[in-house]
Amino acid sequence: MKSYLDHFEVSPQMLQKVIAEAMSKGGDYADLFFEHTISNSLGLEDGKVNSANSNVDYGVGVRVLKGDQTGFAYTESTNLQDMLKVAKTAANIANDPVTFPGSKLLEKEIPNYYKISQKWENSTVEEKIPFVQKLNDRLFELDEKVTKARVFQRDETSYVMFYSSEGLLTCDYRPMATLGVVCVMEKDGQMENDYSAQSLRQGFEFLDDNMVEELAQEAIKKTNFLFGAGKPKAGELPVVLGAGGSGILLHEAMGHPFEADFNRKNESIFSDKLGKSIAADFINIVEDGTMVGNRGSLNIDDEGNDVKKVYLVKDGVLESYLHDRISANFYGVDPTGNGRRQSFRHVPLPRMRITYMENGPHNTDDIISSVDYGVYVDNFSNGQVKIGAGDFTFFVKSGYLIENGKLTEPIKDINIIGNGPQALADITMAAGDYKTATGTWTCGKGGQSVPVGMGLPTVLVKKLTVGGTSA
Amino acid sequence: MTKEEKYSIAKWAMDHAIQNGAQQARVSIYNNNSSQIEVRDEKIDKLQESNRNGMRINLYVDKKYSSISTNRITNKEELGKFIEEAIAGARYLAEDEYRSLPDPELYYKGDGPDLKTVDPSFNSVDPQQKLRDAFALEKEVLGKDDRIISVSTSYSDGMSGSVMVDSNGFKGDTENSYYSLYASVSVTDGTARPQGAWYESSIFSDQLIRKDIGTKALKKALDRLGQAKIESGKMPMIVENKLAGRALQPLISALNGSAIQQKQSFLIGMKGEKIGSDLLSVVDDPFIVSGRGSRLFDNEGIATKKRSVLEKGVLLTYYIDTYYGKKLEMEPTSGSDTNLVFEPGTKDLEGLLADIDRGIFVTGFNGGNNNQVTGDFSYGIEGFLVEKGKLVKPVAEMNITGNFKELWKNLVAVGSDVDLNRSWRVPSLVFDKVDFSGI
Repeated sequence: MKSYLDHFEVSPQMLQKVIAEAMSKGGDYADLFFEHTISNSLGLEDGKVNSANSNVDYGVGVRVLKGDQTGFAYTESTNLQDMLKVAKTAANIANDPVTFPGSKLLEKEIPNYYKISQKWENSTVEEKIPFVQKLNDRLFELDEKVTKARVFQRDETSYVMFYSSEGLLTCDYRPMATLGVVCVMEKDGQMENDYSAQSLRQGFEFLDDNMVEELAQEAIKKTNFLFGAGKPKAGELPVVLGAGGSGILLHEAMGHPFEADFNRKNESIFSDKLGKSIAADFINIVEDGTMVGNRGSLNIDDEGNDVKKVYLVKDGVLESYLHDRISANFYGVDPTGNGRRQSFRHVPLPRMRITYMENGPHNTDDIISSVDYGVYVDNFSNGQVKIGAGDFTFFVKSGYLIENGKLTEPIKDINIIGNGPQALADITMAAGDYKTATGTWTCGKGGQSVPVGMGLPTVLVKKLTVGGTSA
Repeated sequence: MTKEEKYSIAKWAMDHAIQNGAQQARVSIYNNNSSQIEVRDEKIDKLQESNRNGMRINLYVDKKYSSISTNRITNKEELGKFIEEAIAGARYLAEDEYRSLPDPELYYKGDGPDLKTVDPSFNSVDPQQKLRDAFALEKEVLGKDDRIISVSTSYSDGMSGSVMVDSNGFKGDTENSYYSLYASVSVTDGTARPQGAWYESSIFSDQLIRKDIGTKALKKALDRLGQAKIESGKMPMIVENKLAGRALQPLISALNGSAIQQKQSFLIGMKGEKIGSDLLSVVDDPFIVSGRGSRLFDNEGIATKKRSVLEKGVLLTYYIDTYYGKKLEMEPTSGSDTNLVFEPGTKDLEGLLADIDRGIFVTGFNGGNNNQVTGDFSYGIEGFLVEKGKLVKPVAEMNITGNFKELWKNLVAVGSDVDLNRSWRVPSLVFDKVDFSGI
């Protein structure tokens, strides 16, 4: 802990002074979130690793709560006077001046869900370049149709320190690594593009030849697939979601509407569903932040709470929302470790970490063969949801038509839209082939982006509205 | 930090880069100050203040290129080391003969008009007035309908400023302000809980529209009760003016030099060709006084120019910056848009709807995406079924699917209802033969 105090050039006494200022107007609770993030990226275009970028971000956010009201301000300096000034601003959410009795200093050790062999700070541009170059070169070696490739490598290291009016002092060291490639191919005058990427909380060991090869193969396979792909018939169709990245279904259709801030405000379509059966009894949906190395994992959430595995849906019953401190207080439950923030400039909100469905009782082949006419989808780019109406969407980059129980024609570039509670109730089969996705999933809410993870076994949703062409 | 202080630090960082091995450098320093008050249940829900500073540096080192950014700009020792490390790192990169600062001939030279993008009274707005504004919005709605279940309103304002210098002699600064009011209302009829939202914004406090925002948000929410998908089919689509920019966005992105050079555009080689109907005319005008996208120079310092982007469906220009201009052997035109003015039609929204026998009036998009290489798109939508010129019922949970090349050829009517408080001034648009998927 001392090393973190030194890192931010603060002493325990300074933390206590700032908290006292934050609590001086009668707030119920206050916390300080220190962050120092160093990120580096390399870019390859037209065959050469020809751009580099480095960014440094540093500051401390001060939050004061009064009931479920929030006052918040931040400073980009950890100088005592600057911190006291923003603490005073945040304190204004309350207006009942008191003398704060002072805060204790309770240091807390945290578990470690990111195993790092070599820190990014000890890695040089020179060491990273060969992996970026190799990914490009493999792409051109694998398929002569490749006309353009853009490779991006990014690494990030965050030092985080947290202190609250309850005395909790804790810290975290958060790495993030990403490598990806955008591939453009040309065939008989037609162009197509797709990309592959992986992102994990790892150090420099993240970059290895096997992963480079996997990414190259995947980008080639996905882009090739698009030539000759068409569109399904427009309308309501059965949708089979392949294992892995299809977890986007859970993220949009249920994950967001389960976030307790929306429910506290009565704005979610699931606001009156707690304790009720909302899906078939073989469905178990989990929110977890403890998968080692996963992009969505955290050693501790951004409000100093333990990150744990929480069942949102157990045997088909809605068991828990996703909570931050405000909503956990409101509902009188323990925090679930879902209080997250984009940076020290932002207030924590209930956010997802890794959202997935456990294995179900069905067989993958049986699921596909049960469909007369529908679509099989397993490659996605983005999704969205309207919390109150419950309508969610996800964009399918590629998949297959299912005709008479068999995968037939390739399809591409279609949006799928459904209604959350209906779609959840319409999951009639789930297989035993669970997979965790390792792509670069980033979730946006209230103007804040955070990295997340997802996973799913193959499932059948009886009916969703699929974009396509009308006869 | 005053403008002079920013210039002084920027100049120091630029000189430091040149003294330590960079042949060229560009430095900009920016700051954004903003405040936000969110109100619910007749209390302040959230009070936020933000003062953000930062520096960006572009380094050109022995034909190699690196960019860095940091918010640690007052400690010269640390900043100097950061610049030196970036220069050392850049040396490992591949040479790129196309990287350089722009031709100084193209620079803005400091004799432009006052575009009035900042409220001179920004710092004297009464904080109590901000609170009164946010609470007044809520008051407009509370108790107005039994079906209301949640009301959130907010006031926000902000002021941003930047200075930029480069080693080719460019020097310029910008300043912008905004004020905005936002209301969102959730309602229920026992099943879904649709939300409606409305906002107004302005560069000037005394021009901010403060009335009817809550009322409009409530109406938007109530209008969505009972929304349901209808059968799939090809129909005319009327896109509301507030969303019409979203339809134009992929077309403008496809004109970007990087997309053209990287073959990630469906409009490669289409300059001079007709890519849309005669009704598709768009002018990029950087000089509109108090326009939300008005500026005298772009992010490379190149002087902005008024130009036609599309005229009667014919594509007239790409957005080419210095780097991709060199790669493509094209003249740089500035790599970014300013105010895009879509040539309006003569009918208002009601007039446009009156001409529709059966179609869908789209008032919201929900997710979806497009393939920038092929122009294929598919988006979720919500809106209203229109029959014989009248809004019949709310529809939702539907998709539109097609290709932008076809869509813009099927632009059959353009409204007169331009929203002047946006940088993209696009009126309501009517497209024929759009594929809707529903039931």
